[in-house]
Amino acid sequence: MGFFTTKVNDVVGWARKYSIFQYPFVTACCGMEYMSVACSHYDIDRFGAGFPRFSPRQSDVLFVVGTISHKLAPVLKRIFEQMAEPKWVVAFGVCTCTGGFYDNYATVQGIDTIIPVDIYIPGCPPRPENVLDGLMKLQEKIANSKQAL
Amino acid sequence: MPIVLEKIKEKFGAAVLDTHSFRGDDTALISRDKIVEAAKFLKEDPELDFNVLIDLTAVDCLNLDRPHRFEVVYHFYSIAKKHRARLKVPLTEEDPSVDTLTGLWPGANWFEREVWDMFGVKFNGHPNLQRILMYDEFQGHALRKDYPVRKRQPLVGPQN
Repeated sequence: MGFFTTKVNDVVGWARKYSIFQYPFVTACCGMEYMSVACSHYDIDRFGAGFPRFSPRQSDVLFVVGTISHKLAPVLKRIFEQMAEPKWVVAFGVCTCTGGFYDNYATVQGIDTIIPVDIYIPGCPPRPENVLDGLMKLQEKIANSKQAL
Repeated sequence: MPIVLEKIKEKFGAAVLDTHSFRGDDTALISRDKIVEAAKFLKEDPELDFNVLIDLTAVDCLNLDRPHRFEVVYHFYSIAKKHRARLKVPLTEEDPSVDTLTGLWPGANWFEREVWDMFGVKFNGHPNLQRILMYDEFQGHALRKDYPVRKRQPLVGPQN
């Protein structure tokens, strides 16, 4: 029985890591870098994550791309809450990780103050290779975690 | 003295508190009860013919050692005459308010909302003087020099 459950876990993890439906929450200049990752030059589809869904209810991974202001923060939180489990969050670019150089009255100092983050991809903006590296780390994390069924 | 400043001075006399013209930037400091009249004059006088309100903003002079706290700054441009002018209105800390220019330039609407949002300068007669950049729950005015640099007012998440 133990053998069977670990195998199921592995198979489901393998399936989940190669079928990421992402929700791009794009607010700023990092969006350009996201586009180059998503399009044919860097081709995020090689990793099975090539299908952006523009409804949080249909997506697995929330890509938060670009600066989040305090005015926008409740919207981001709500989008996150609308996603169905299992779900993961990627902080794309330094503004989402820490607020970046926007250390001011308007900007959220890291989205992990409002929602849980699985992978941080720093850079201003991150190179596409860096994003793909982050994506592979996320895949690893998805595959190695205990799968909720 | 450039013709723009000359004409303003001739028309408004003592209401023009100061003028200067550094490298072609004609600037007049004008008292607040005459600003709408002065803007109307700039717009309608055929020799001046300022038909564009390029910018409307403000300066907090808290640490600048001036007798007033705020300056509201108006930039005008004439497409036909190709000349520019800048008017400034000094305002006190106790009563930072000035009449709106929305009656002359509808484009002043959002500029004035921004100045209200960031500096807390009231525009009398404005049709919709609400915050334009920050959220309604925001306390204070962020670009005032006495707004604490580290102060954050998040709507969700931890407060500092």
